Amino acid sequence: MDVIESHINTSSKEFKENYEHYERLVKDLKEKIAKAAKGGGEEKIRLHKSRNKMLVRERIEALLDPNTPFMEFNPLAAYDMYDNKAPCAGIVTGIGIIHGREVVIVANDATVTGGTYYPITVKKHLRAQEIAMENNLPCIYLVDSGGAFLPMQDEVFPDREHFGRIFYNQARMSAMGIPQIAVVMGSCTAGGAYVPAMSDETVIVKGTGTIFLGGPPLVKAATGEEVTAEELGGADVHCRQSGVTDHYAENDMDAIRITRNIVENLNRPEKTRLDVTKPEEPLYDIKEIYGIIPKDLRKPFDVKEIIARIVDGSKFHEFKALYGTTLVCGFARIMGYPVGILANNGVLFSESALKGTHFIEICCQRKIPLVFLQNITGFMVGKQYEAGGIAKDGAKMVTAVACAQVPKFTVIIGGSFGAGNYGMCGRAYNPRQLWMWPNARISVMGGEQAANVLLTVKRDQLWRKGKILSEEEEKAIRDPILKKYEKEGSPYYSTARIWDDGVIDPADTRMVLGLGISAALNAPIPDWKPGVFRM
Amino acid sequence: MKLFSKVLIANRGEIAVRIIKACQEMRIKTVAVYSDVDSKAPHVQIADETVNLGDPTPSESYLNISKIIDAAESVGAEAIHPGYGFLAENPDFAQACEDSGIKFIGAKPEVIALMGDKIKAKKTMEKADVPVIPGYHGLRQDISTLVKEGKKIGFPLLVKATAGGGGKGMKIVHSEEYLEEAIESAKREAKSAFGNDSIFLEKYLDRPRHIEFQILADEHGNIVHLFERECSIQRRHQKIIEETPSPVMTPELRDRMGRAAVAAAKAVGYTNAGTIEFMVDGDLNFYFMEMNTRLQVEHPITEATTGIDIAKWQLRIAAGMELTLKQHELTQRGHAIECRIYAEDPSNGFLPSIGVLEKIEVPTGPNIRNDTGVETGMEITSYYDPLLSKLIVYGENRDDAIDKMIWALSRYVVLGVTTNIPFLRKVLEHKAFRKGDITTHFIENHFKNWTLSKDGLPVDALIALAVYDSMHPGREEVVRYKEADPHSPWRHAGRWRIGV
Repeated sequence: MDVIESHINTSSKEFKENYEHYERLVKDLKEKIAKAAKGGGEEKIRLHKSRNKMLVRERIEALLDPNTPFMEFNPLAAYDMYDNKAPCAGIVTGIGIIHGREVVIVANDATVTGGTYYPITVKKHLRAQEIAMENNLPCIYLVDSGGAFLPMQDEVFPDREHFGRIFYNQARMSAMGIPQIAVVMGSCTAGGAYVPAMSDETVIVKGTGTIFLGGPPLVKAATGEEVTAEELGGADVHCRQSGVTDHYAENDMDAIRITRNIVENLNRPEKTRLDVTKPEEPLYDIKEIYGIIPKDLRKPFDVKEIIARIVDGSKFHEFKALYGTTLVCGFARIMGYPVGILANNGVLFSESALKGTHFIEICCQRKIPLVFLQNITGFMVGKQYEAGGIAKDGAKMVTAVACAQVPKFTVIIGGSFGAGNYGMCGRAYNPRQLWMWPNARISVMGGEQAANVLLTVKRDQLWRKGKILSEEEEKAIRDPILKKYEKEGSPYYSTARIWDDGVIDPADTRMVLGLGISAALNAPIPDWKPGVFRM
Repeated sequence: MKLFSKVLIANRGEIAVRIIKACQEMRIKTVAVYSDVDSKAPHVQIADETVNLGDPTPSESYLNISKIIDAAESVGAEAIHPGYGFLAENPDFAQACEDSGIKFIGAKPEVIALMGDKIKAKKTMEKADVPVIPGYHGLRQDISTLVKEGKKIGFPLLVKATAGGGGKGMKIVHSEEYLEEAIESAKREAKSAFGNDSIFLEKYLDRPRHIEFQILADEHGNIVHLFERECSIQRRHQKIIEETPSPVMTPELRDRMGRAAVAAAKAVGYTNAGTIEFMVDGDLNFYFMEMNTRLQVEHPITEATTGIDIAKWQLRIAAGMELTLKQHELTQRGHAIECRIYAEDPSNGFLPSIGVLEKIEVPTGPNIRNDTGVETGMEITSYYDPLLSKLIVYGENRDDAIDKMIWALSRYVVLGVTTNIPFLRKVLEHKAFRKGDITTHFIENHFKNWTLSKDGLPVDALIALAVYDSMHPGREEVVRYKEADPHSPWRHAGRWRIGV
C-alpha cells in the first residue's frame, strides 16, 4: 500500500497556534471527564465506603483483566443537565475484557442519587445494551440502584425506550444467546429487582446486596409487617430460600471473583475472522492532529492528513482519487484490521455520493468494517444540483449506509450538519460506536445558515405586509438563533444527551476504533443485501 | 557451676522458640509441650522432646498445672521455664514445681504471690521508699468510704479492680459528681469479671508514660538493673510498640529510677529476671505501678542496647550462678524499638483475626531481629493470644531506629490473616511519635476510629500482582478466541481509559 505523504509544516506559526488551542480543548475535556468520574462527591463516597462497598470504578477495575483497556461510553452523560446532580448519569457503562473475552459492563453508581435512574441514565443503560446486542457481547450488570428517579417518573417509566425496555432487552438478549449476568452489590428495589431476576446467572453480596419488589417502608405501609432490608431480600434469603440469586458473595471483592469465574465458563463462540496483519503505528504522530484542525471550524483542512495519522503505517489505498474528490474513500488498516474509510473533504456533490455508495458496496461485499470521518456541511444545493438529481444520489448513499451490515464506526471530526450526517453514518444509521472530537459541532445546519434562513423567511413575510426589518430587528432575530445553535451544537450538549458514545481526545481515535472493531468481531458479519437504489 | 541438662518450656509461640534457642546455645536439652492445634508449631519442631497436652483450651493445656508437672516428670526435666503469660506469674505453679523438685525458672512463689496482689505490692513498695501513686488500697470497700477516700485523692481519679487487668473494671472519674456512679459500676464489672468486687482508687496521671526497668537478681543477693524501656504506645492497655532508651530519660532520672527499681526488687528479696513498671507523669515524677515477675515480651530491646542475653541469664541464675554483671559496668548503646505483630484488625477495634496463615515472610537486614513463633501454613486460632511475632530493630540513634523500623515493616509480608502491620507503620510515621511526644493515650488521641486506607496500591503490591498474573494458569485465555483475533488491542494495549 502507498504511504500518504504529509504536507503539514509542524513548525509553522499556524500549526503551533492550532496545536495550543487544541491542547486546551483536550485539557478541558479531560478535566470534565475527571470531574464526572468522581460521582456523587466526597460525602457520598465516604458514606458508600463506610458500608464496606467498593466504588463503582473500583469494582470495574477489579472485574476486568488486569492491565487491559476499558472503553467507557458517555462519561459525560447528563453533563450540565439536572443541575449537574447526576455526574456520568449515575451509571458507568463500557466494554472491557474478562478472561480475554469482551463483555459489556453496566454499573450503577450509588453515590449519585442512590444510583437511581434519571431519563439519561435509562438512555445510557439502553445504549450499552444495544451495543451488547449488536456486537454479541455478554452483559454484566453491577447493580446498586434504588430504581427509577421518582420525581421524573414521566420521563423514565412509561414509554417504549424507558425503564421497561431494560428487562425486555435482557430477555431478548438471553434468547439470542447473549449471557446476562447480574451482580447485586447494593439495592435492587422494585423495577430494579428485575435486573437480577431477568439474568441468566446472579451473584449477591452478603450484607449490602438486597433484592425486593417492595422495600421495608412499603411493606410496613402495606401490611404493617416490620422487617429489615436484609431479612426481606438479603443474600441469605435469595441464595437459600427464594432462589432469586445463585452465588453468595462475602463482599464486593468476592462477588467480583465469582463473576470472573462465571465469565470463564460462558463458552463463547469463536470470533469472526478478518484478514488481520501485525499492527503498525502511523508514520506521523497522531497528536499532530491538534495542529491540523483549524481553530476556526469554517476553515477547511485536508482530511487525508488526518487519515495519515490514524491508519497503520500511514498507508492508504485510495479509491477513485480523481472522481468526486470532496469525499475521500479508500482502504487501510487500523491496529491490523482492514477498514474502508469514508472521509469528507468538502460539500457532497452527486459524484461524491455515487462514489461513496460504490465504495460502501465494495466493503460490504468484502465484509470490511467501515470508518466514517465526518466533517460535513451537507449536500450541495442549487438549481443545477437539484436538476442533476442530487436528492436521489444522496439517497443512494443513505440507502447504502443504512443497509451496510458490516461493523460501522463514525467519528465526527468537524461539523456534522444536515443530510450529510445521514450519508456519513450519523447516529440514526446505527454505527457500532459514534465518537466526537472536542472541536466537533452537530446540528441540522450551521448556526449562521439557520439564522439566515429564518431571517429570509421572516423578511419575506414582512415584505408581503409592506414592512422592512431594521438592522436592529434583524440582529434581534439572528442573535438568539446563533446562540441557540452555538449551545446545542456543542459536543458536550450532544454527549450529555447520548447522541454519541463519547467525546474523545483525537489521539485516542485509533484506540477506540481498534477496540471497537475487535469487539465487533464477536458478532458474525451478514451478507450484503441492499434496498432499492433509485437510479 | 553446672547448668541444667534438660528444661521444659511451658509455653508456645515466639517466646517458647526464643527460650528453646537460648537453651540450644547453652547445650541444654529442651522439652516442648503443645496442645492439639499446635502439633506442627515451630516450638514443637525445634525442641529435642515434645509432650502433647491434648485439648487446646488453655485451661486444659498450657494453663493446666498438673499436666505440665506430669510432662516434666515423665521426661525427667530438671527445670521449667514458663515464658510469659499462661502460668508465668501463677504462684501455685511455681509452688507445684518446687514441691515436685523441679526448678521453676523465675521468682519464688511467695514473691509472685505478693507482687500479684496489687494492693500489698504497693504497700511493700511504700515501706521501701519507692514512690507509689497516691491512692486508696484499703480493705474497707463500702461505697461511702470509697467516695470519701476518692475525694481526698482528688480528680481526675482512677477506679480499678484489685484483681484486675486488661482494663476490665477500670474507670476514670473527672469530677466528684460521677464518683459514686463510677465506683458502683466498677464494682459490678469487677464482680462479674473476676468474682471479686474489691476495687482501689488512685490519682489519675496527666500525660502519663509507661516506663519500666529491667532487673536481674541472682540467688546470692546481687541485683542489677538493665535500664529502662518506654512502653507508652498501647492499645486497649496492651503494649504494641516499645523502645529504649526512653525519649524523655535523662541520666539523672535514669539513675534515680534505676535505684528505685533495685530497691523495689531488694525489698521483696526478688530473684531472677523481673520488671518494675513505673508511671511517669508530664513533670517526670515517677510512681511504682507494678512488678512483673517474669521475662517480658519486650525484653529483646534491652538485649539489643545492653548486649546482654536476658533469657540465658534466667537459666544461669536459676541454676544458682552468681551475676557477673556489675551495675557500673553496664551501658546502653544506640536505640532499639520493638513492634508486636498481632493478627488483629486495627480498623475494627483490634479484634483478633483468625484463619490460615497463607504466607509469612519477615524482613531481614543488619540489626533486624525477628522473634517468630509461627510459619506459613499454620492456622491462627482463637484459643490463644494473637501475637504472631515480634520485630526488633536496633539503630545508632532514635531516628535511625525509627527509619529502620518503617523500612522493615514495609517489607513484612503476612497473608491470610489481617495484621496490625499497616497500623504500626502509621504510628511510626506519625510526627508526634518521631518527636517522642508520646503518652499511654497516644493511640486513643491520634488514631481513634483509624481505618486502613485502601487507596493507591503500593508499588510492591502491583509488582506482585503482575508476577502473579504472568504465572497463574487460571488466567490463560481461550486459545481459539486468541487465534481468531491475534493482535487484539484488548490484550495488547495495556491499561487504557478514555479521557485519562
